[in-house]
This record gives sequence, C-alpha cells and structure tokens, in this order.
Amino acid sequence: MNFDFTEDQRLLQETVRGFLEGECTPEAIRALWETDTGRSSALWKQLAEVGLAGLLVPESQEGMGLGETDFVLLCEETGRVGLAEPVVSTAAVAAPLLRDLGGELAERWLKPLAVGEAIVAVGHPWSPFVDDAHVADLLLLFRDGELHALQPSDATLEAQPANDPARRIAKVSWQPSAETRVAEGARAAELEAVSLDRGALACAAQLLGACDRLINEAVDYTSQRQQFGVPIGSFQAVKHMLANVKVKLEYARPLVYRAAASVAEGHPQRGVHVSMAKVAATEAAEVGTRQALQAHGAIGYTWEQDLHIWMRRSWTLAQSFGLSRRHRERMAEFALGDAAPIGAGGTFGG
Amino acid sequence: MDLTYTPAQQAFRTEVRDWLGAHVPKEPLASFDTKEGFEAHREWEHVLNDGGYAMVPWPVEYGGRGANLLEWLIFEEEYYRAGAPKRVNQNGIFLLGPTIMEYGTPDQKARFLPKMAASEEVWAQGWSEPNAGSDMANIQATAIRDGDHYVINGQKTWASRGAYADWLFGMFRTDPESERHRGLTFVLVPLDLPGVTVRPIAQLDGLPGFAEVFLDDVRVPVENRLGDEGKGWQVAMATAGFERGLMLRSPARFQETARRLIDLYRDHAAEAAPGVREAVVDCWSQAEAYTLETYRTVSRLLAGAKIGSEASLNKIFWSELDLRMHEIALQILEERGQLLPGAPAAGDVGSWLDGYLFALSGPIYAGTNEIQRNIIAERILGMPRA
Repeated sequence: MNFDFTEDQRLLQETVRGFLEGECTPEAIRALWETDTGRSSALWKQLAEVGLAGLLVPESQEGMGLGETDFVLLCEETGRVGLAEPVVSTAAVAAPLLRDLGGELAERWLKPLAVGEAIVAVGHPWSPFVDDAHVADLLLLFRDGELHALQPSDATLEAQPANDPARRIAKVSWQPSAETRVAEGARAAELEAVSLDRGALACAAQLLGACDRLINEAVDYTSQRQQFGVPIGSFQAVKHMLANVKVKLEYARPLVYRAAASVAEGHPQRGVHVSMAKVAATEAAEVGTRQALQAHGAIGYTWEQDLHIWMRRSWTLAQSFGLSRRHRERMAEFALGDAAPIGAGGTFGG
Repeated sequence: MDLTYTPAQQAFRTEVRDWLGAHVPKEPLASFDTKEGFEAHREWEHVLNDGGYAMVPWPVEYGGRGANLLEWLIFEEEYYRAGAPKRVNQNGIFLLGPTIMEYGTPDQKARFLPKMAASEEVWAQGWSEPNAGSDMANIQATAIRDGDHYVINGQKTWASRGAYADWLFGMFRTDPESERHRGLTFVLVPLDLPGVTVRPIAQLDGLPGFAEVFLDDVRVPVENRLGDEGKGWQVAMATAGFERGLMLRSPARFQETARRLIDLYRDHAAEAAPGVREAVVDCWSQAEAYTLETYRTVSRLLAGAKIGSEASLNKIFWSELDLRMHEIALQILEERGQLLPGAPAAGDVGSWLDGYLFALSGPIYAGTNEIQRNIIAERILGMPRA
C-alpha cells in the first residue's frame, strides 16, 4: 500500500508546470480567444514534445506509454493555467480509445496524435455537443450503443458559442452507416463507459488545478489590495472564505488521485470512483469561483481582469463529461446498493 | 502508487479482527463520563493491553507492538468495525503519548508510557483556563521553581476527562514576568496531590465530561516537566498537532458513522425529504475522501515527510463532516431524533442524539475551527496577518 506519487511523476509534473507557466500566460490565452479556431497548432506541437499529447499512447506509436496515474498530475497543471488546447478530448479520451480499439484506425491515427499532428474529437452521449470538432482530423462518435469513426468532411458542424471563449463546441450532424461503424454491442458499451470515465477524470484533475489557481489569484490580490489602511487579506472574513475553499480542494484531491489509479488499473469500482472525484472537484472549483470573485470585489467582475479565465474554465469543466447530478446518481446506486463495501476497512477492500 | 494491502498487512488485519471478535464486550459500556462507565472502560483498556493492542504503533518496551502507521490505520479500521468501546485514555495515548515520545527523557518514557498504554494512569487535558481558551498564550497559572519542585497555583477549566482522571497535563507560567508564548512550561500533574481540587462540569449531554481543576500550592517534582523550562509552547504545539491531525480522529470512525447513516437512510428511504438521498451519499463520499487523504498522509510520512499546518485542514474537515452526518441522521429520524438512548421508543436510534451532541463539540475543541482557518490562511496560503 502506497498512496503517493513517485519522484519521476513529480518531476514530470514540475517540468510540465514550468513549460505551461511560460507558454500559457493569460495574455496568450486572451490572444487565442480572438482567433477563428481558438487553438494554436504550434502550441499543441510543443505540448506534444513535452509528452502531453501522447502520454497514453504506446511507445511503439511515438507515445510515452504511460497511464492515468502519471497523467493526472499533468492534467492538473493544464487546468492551473487554463490551457485551451484539446488535452481532455484528444489526449485523455481519444488516444486511449484508439489504443483500445486497435486495428487500422489506431495504426493510422495514434502516431500523428502523439506527435501533435492530428487532433481527434470524441462525441459521447452525455453531451449534445462535441468539443474541438472544428479542429479535429477525425471524429469518434458514440451513438445508440455504437461507435462510429468519420472524417469531419462527412459531418456538418454547427458552432455553439459558449460562456468560456476558449471553449469551442459544435452540434455535429452526420449519417451513421456500416462504413462508419467501428464497434457495437458489449464492446462499444465498454469503450463508451471507459471513455466517459477518462473524460470525467481529466476534467476533475483540471478542476483541481483551476481551483488552486483561483485561490492563489485571490490570495495575491487580497494581499496587495489595501482598504482601511491594511491589506484586505488580513481581515478574518476574507481569510476564512479562502481557507474554506482550500479545505474543499485538499479533500477533493485524494478522490481524484484514487480515481486515476482506478482507471489505470481497471478497478471494478472505477466508475464510482471517477464520479466521486468529479463531484468533489466540481464542488471545490465552484466554491472557488464564488469566493475568488468575492475576494476580488468589483474588479473581479470585469472582463479586463484575468480572474474570469479560470472561473469560466471551471464552469466549463463542471459541465463537461457529466454534471454532478449524473455522477451523484452513479454514486447513490453504488453506495445504497447491497454489495457496496461500506464502512471501516471498505475503502481499499480490507 | 499501489493501493492494495500486502499479505503481511492482510495477515495483521485478520489477526486483529479475530482477537477483537473474541474480546470486544457484547453489550455497549456505559458512557465513560459516568463513574461506573469510566471504570468499565478502564477494565476494557486492561483487556486490550493484555492482548498487546493498547497502542500498536508504540515500541514494544512501552506497551506497543512497533507497528507502522499503516498497520495502525488497519488496526483502527478493525477496531471501529468491531464496535469496540471508545478509548477512555485518548488524551494520554493519542495526544500526550506521542508528545512524550518526541520530547520526553528516557526516564519519562519508561515511567509514563507503559502505565498509559495499560490505562493504569488515565490522563486529563489541562489546556484551557477561564481566560485562555482559543487564546492559549494567555495562560496565567504559575509553576514557580522551589528547589527540585515546581509550586503550582491557578485554575484550569474544561479539562476533558478531568472528573475521574488520575493525571493532568498542561502548560504553566514558570516565569511570572513573561508574556504570551514565552516563559511557559509543560508539566505533568498528579491529580491526587494535596492542593488539587477537582470540580466536575456537566457537558451538553448532562454528564461530567469536563472538570474545573483548582491548584493551590501544589508541589510537583521537577522531573515531571516535559521539555525544557520556558519551552512549553513548542511542546504544546506538537500535542495540538496530534490532536487536530491523524492520531485522534482515525478515518474509521467517520466511515462507520457513514455506514450507519446509509443504513438509517435505507430504512427510511420511502419517507425521506427531497435532497436527503444526495446528502447521505455526499457524506459517504466525504468519509471516503477523509480515509483516502489519511492513507496519503501516512504514505508520505512513511516515506520520510513531515506534516505541519496541514493538520488544520484535517481538523476542519472531520469536525464538519461528523456534525453534518449527525444532522442528516436527525433529519431522517424526524420526531424520534430528540430521543435519548434510554427512551422506550428509541430502539437503536437514540445514539444518534448522543453522537450529535458530541459532534457539536468538534468545531470547538482542539482549537476552534475559526482558529484553524486563520492558520490555514496565514501559514498555508500565506495571507497577511492582522
């Protein structure tokens, strides 16, 4: 039993953090908001070079061949900076989906995905929209218990401007056919379930990073902003609201890390673990947005101030791969069922 | 990361489970805040000690079995799972014991720890004074050096287990000219010495869980000092860390409360108010989060890390979770939520009220949650001091 990350995992996290802090500044994020695609292929290539795109891709396909326990800390870092690039859709969901699918599709797409030359978007039944479809080179779409793969040119995209200017989603209209179908039956169902879990896990990890950033922004601001002759961060009322967010964040963290291990190992309770992580991380970040905004006061309510970058990102992630209501339902079915190992010693199956 | 138990850990669990299965009293003991219950709990501690389970992480020579912290977590899981009695000497074994381990001389370790493990000596806390609660640096009770003794004068209050305990630990001002955190010394005081007067105080549940302790020219040998003279604050902070952190509130306790809450909800699901189902499931998930975080902390401690102010995050989380679980249970019980365990209609639900009354103390003791939030803001987040 060892519930901790390795030195190597921490090192990789620090490397990625350093890279993202340099490249993914608030100015860079705002600049991308103004572009047509909202995406930077140059940045995505750089991210691929530090290993982010192909982390879950096998080494034989130019990937890093790592697992979700390695990935979770890096996802957290991408959330901390508010990275807009398709980490969740392509790196966390599409890559292992293609890997699991195998065959020609994997052969054709995994390598370009790993080196940052291809983006693959995934449509799943929990959302009416497909994330990053507008820049995708391949669409993997779950529908009616089947998985279909198609070229974006074979679909009609209707862009849906969203609250987060970095968020690019579309309604995708297309015709399923025997040619597009790549999995069905039990196999498609399993691929769909694990894809949802991978997406929700990646969102939960990004939410941890976003929440941490929101706290830090609020701490920095309230340490400088003076009222009544003192920094407002010295007021107990301000301290307590941020301390409360910190408590929520630090107790969402172990749920997210356990969920990563469960996805990596294919734990029988993988789905429940992911739901617990998504609910807790969502709640931490939602309280984080409210309290960080309150701590900033009116200046935080402006478009000019950077705070809303991470606020909007948090809301986006909360609304991706299952809202809390849906995840709580999964948790309830498990916890209130008869087979659940509830109580002392039940956590790791004592 | 390896989230499975080793065969040795599994074997230890089985051994503990079997022993507890054979020895845990079949009927619940009376509250240890009654005279009769106190002695019954002391008896149980003797049984536990005879079995070698009084304090498993302690070295063998002090009454433990040299288990590591992970095994201690496993032991705690089995202990709560078996429904074993509360630990009457928790002030000793969970708070003072680890402090003596860190600051005690070899003689003090040999003198105090085995008797603590065996509950031959049960300890009361002597932190608070009438004007030193959350403001613990305002301690006024004095311990003035007179040859090889300290002469103690003053008053301690809200001394947990004070009504029936044998010994008291606390801080006293050894330098009467000193202010605030300076000039304080950590001293261990037998409660049967001349000049000690104990006045039990009934807690919210009506039982004497607290006491006021009046000290009037009480002479305590210098060897009862823990740590250096004038360095009591440092020693006390270590004890407070144990109290907020992982030693006192093992996750198994909250996991068991969550399990009972789920059982209670299942029995009343049909008439439960909207939102209760989600609240119950959230509580379970939070008890899991607390457990996971404890395992994470232990993994890091075993790898050589130290924990500091993080104990304040811990303290807020478990105390609020405990209270929330009991509040929801009372909501589910509706009118029956007001029943004491002995009420004819209480059946097996009366303990929820007891638990609720106790849970209400969680955000107050071990440093109020407001104090913990200040610590988090200033020491973890780095916000400016007032």
